[in-house]
Amino acid sequence: MKTTEEIKTDLESKTGTSITVQGEALMVPKEKLFDVAKYLKDTPDYQMDYLSSVTGTDYKDGLEVTYHLYSIAKKEGPVVLKTKTDREKGVVPSLTPLWRGAEFQEREAYDLVGIHFEGHPDLRRILMWDGFEHYPLRKDYTQEDQDRNPEQF
Amino acid sequence: MTHAPNVSQVDPALKSELAKKGIAVMKLQELYNWGRRSSIWPMQFGLACCAIEMIATACARYDIDRFGAGLFRASPRQSDLMIVAGTVTKKMAPQVVRLYNQMPEPKYVITMGACSISGGPFKEGYNVLKGIDRYIPVDVHLPGCPPRPEALLHGLMKLQAKIDHQDIEKTEWYQKGLKREFPIPEFGPNGLLPPYNPEVWQPQKRKEITVPA
Repeated sequence: MKTTEEIKTDLESKTGTSITVQGEALMVPKEKLFDVAKYLKDTPDYQMDYLSSVTGTDYKDGLEVTYHLYSIAKKEGPVVLKTKTDREKGVVPSLTPLWRGAEFQEREAYDLVGIHFEGHPDLRRILMWDGFEHYPLRKDYTQEDQDRNPEQF
Repeated sequence: MTHAPNVSQVDPALKSELAKKGIAVMKLQELYNWGRRSSIWPMQFGLACCAIEMIATACARYDIDRFGAGLFRASPRQSDLMIVAGTVTKKMAPQVVRLYNQMPEPKYVITMGACSISGGPFKEGYNVLKGIDRYIPVDVHLPGCPPRPEALLHGLMKLQAKIDHQDIEKTEWYQKGLKREFPIPEFGPNGLLPPYNPEVWQPQKRKEITVPA
């Protein structure tokens, strides 16, 4: 399998994006994320046919989404993609059109961290109920006091 | 209806002497409670890993059927005992209260494991209720994470001891016009509303600590 640096130079020349390497991960701007993912999936050199996980993270100054890609055909992986977005709107392109398995994981990241996946077929809360107003895995979330007085109900 | 209280007593020495001859002398209430506590039908439902221990208790090695509580019913309408086995999430709590409301009187509750008692390791989490005793009355609290099958059997024996001591003339489900319906919590913007039923549960008053000067 290619090293992370090789994948980076290859992706930069083929898709025309500027990518930074963060450890094992490739930081991709969110505008180009779909193109990069599509290239990794369709190119015979990579054949990343399996999206293992979609992870949302809150870094206080912004939100990040991490994708772990594997190739079952070539028995290679993972290729780790990351993308940044802002906390207020938090829009990231959905990868569900490429990998159907992303659907529920993107719903989970939307539910708990509050990342809005553009192009998702059914972006609803998946774990919390519909009337829940917060994103509980954000750093600034404060949970209710379950022992509060009856007057405060 | 008023009637004289039953004060008749059998001499314990005579009672044990008769028992040796195979004659059982007892109050009707004792016979009745013996029958009730020897056939407690639990409801067949589990919420998390404690349910695995509950299943182990029902299997051949521990065999909860020795205590007459082996007939797990799939319907709350046929159950006497609700074993809340596992973490009660806020999303699941209304369903647990609803199931309890559907059980016929007399009904009993064992909360099994740290989670259903207080939230356990998930206490203060955004998704877990801090104990099911906030919404329904609980007879036996059974700590452990999860409790071993022996512990569940011990909790069941404690419940049987409680049933043994119940007075059928005074128990509330024999009183006229009793209809117990516990309000089902609703989903709010940041948790369940209300967070507890004040008729069933009240938060503990914090002790004021005075530092000596």
